[in-house]
Amino acid sequence: MHYGVGGREVFSGLDLQVRRGRITGIMGPSGTGKTTLLRLITAQISADRGRVAVFGRDLAELSRGEIYALRRRMGMLFQNGALLTDMSVFENVAFPVREHTDLPEPLIEKLVLTKLQAVGLRGAADLMPEELSGGMARRVALARAIVMDPEVLLYDEPFVGLDPISLGVILRLIKHMNAALGITSIIVSHDVQELATIADESYLISGGRIVASGTPDELRASSSPAVRQFMTGSADGPVPFQYPAPDYATQLFGAPRR
Amino acid sequence: MSNGYLLEGVRRLGSVAIFFFQLLIQCVPALARPRLLLYQIYNAGARSLIIIMLSGLFVGMVLGLQGYDLLQRFGSEEALGTAAALGLLRELAPVITALLFAGRAGTALTSEIGLMRATDQLTAMEIMAVDPLRYVAAPRFLGGVIAMPLLTAIFSVIGLYGAQLIGVQLMGVDRGVFWSQTQASVDLHDVNEGLVKSLVFGVACSLIAVHEGYHAEPTAEGVGLATTRTVVASSVVTLLLDYVLTAEFL
Repeated sequence: MHYGVGGREVFSGLDLQVRRGRITGIMGPSGTGKTTLLRLITAQISADRGRVAVFGRDLAELSRGEIYALRRRMGMLFQNGALLTDMSVFENVAFPVREHTDLPEPLIEKLVLTKLQAVGLRGAADLMPEELSGGMARRVALARAIVMDPEVLLYDEPFVGLDPISLGVILRLIKHMNAALGITSIIVSHDVQELATIADESYLISGGRIVASGTPDELRASSSPAVRQFMTGSADGPVPFQYPAPDYATQLFGAPRR
Repeated sequence: MSNGYLLEGVRRLGSVAIFFFQLLIQCVPALARPRLLLYQIYNAGARSLIIIMLSGLFVGMVLGLQGYDLLQRFGSEEALGTAAALGLLRELAPVITALLFAGRAGTALTSEIGLMRATDQLTAMEIMAVDPLRYVAAPRFLGGVIAMPLLTAIFSVIGLYGAQLIGVQLMGVDRGVFWSQTQASVDLHDVNEGLVKSLVFGVACSLIAVHEGYHAEPTAEGVGLATTRTVVASSVVTLLLDYVLTAEFL
């Protein structure tokens, strides 16, 4: 699959498959288009060439209505939670249910409370999003993402900016959702250590294509310099520390820049 | 004007036109959600009430003062009621209400929707298979369209009261003459002119505000710029449409 924006190729020949019921990690340095990949999978943007298929259906061939029908089978956890700020925690989780079903109010209440219980925030049902910490907001967003019982759950950088306790909670929840509900999980992240503890298999993206794939142990054992740099967090390597620039000495001691 | 500016202008106009049609299609299902719509009428209308009433009162008072000064030179102070009522109903109330609406409710709409864009709330709705045009944009647009004529009517009434306050209470124009002249000279055509103007301004100002917010760059600067564009574009478009409609009605 190929995708570019503003004349720059983000993906050039990316080939990636996600297996049903597994936790798949997609890793890569910042700016490699990991979030763009999630936007392609959810059909917010479309590939320039090649094919993006979800549940075996080519997204490019689907009408808007069919894409919406497909999205009902997916859930997505945004990095900042993306909770609707004018609604309480309870209403946020109830939102997709109210929009897509005609369930009676008592049933909606039970459904929402069980999902909030699953993320440990039943007691916070009446709080507003601005009263939540970052970790709590992400857990509420997770409850909202699973309230319609999706088959696929997408996580966009779920570990960023969390304290150790919240991080542990989120990791446990992702693992639990996958095991208990049989949800296929796709996690986009650059947090190697955290991803390694839960992913069944991982892909490493760099330069618009997959440079390595396998289980976390296989990636750690890789001899490829690009994989080793990413897994060990070295400052310099195939991804250079310095952004491309003119010669240092010439620029310091040569003619002024302007 | 360079070609670049011209192209950008045409592109923006096209974008607004397409957005308008998409919005109109979504207005039908939005009407089926009275609670959401009522809240937006409250948001755009009731929350603008104080500023509209205060401005209406002062505009009416100025009209009373200036009108009296002008008319007494010709010895026809008793026409003050007519002048104030026609001026307010046909011109001042719809235009000033629209300008105030753009500054109060329009900016609030743009920044609210822009921030929803910047914090991924609109994207989250898309992923949840809820069309943000239907859920966010259409009710706000309709709320503005419905609120504008109501606000304009309130502006007219308070303005006329302001003119009467100055003309009758302060300057001594006869109360009976003031009201009977007003009653005799204002007909349905004048009321309709104000009503049509306020409806058209309501559509234009709400459309601009919702469009700018919906298409704002998802950054702090982007939302700020979109808010500014809402006020500038709404004001210019209101005055331009006012000329066109006035020419049409006369």
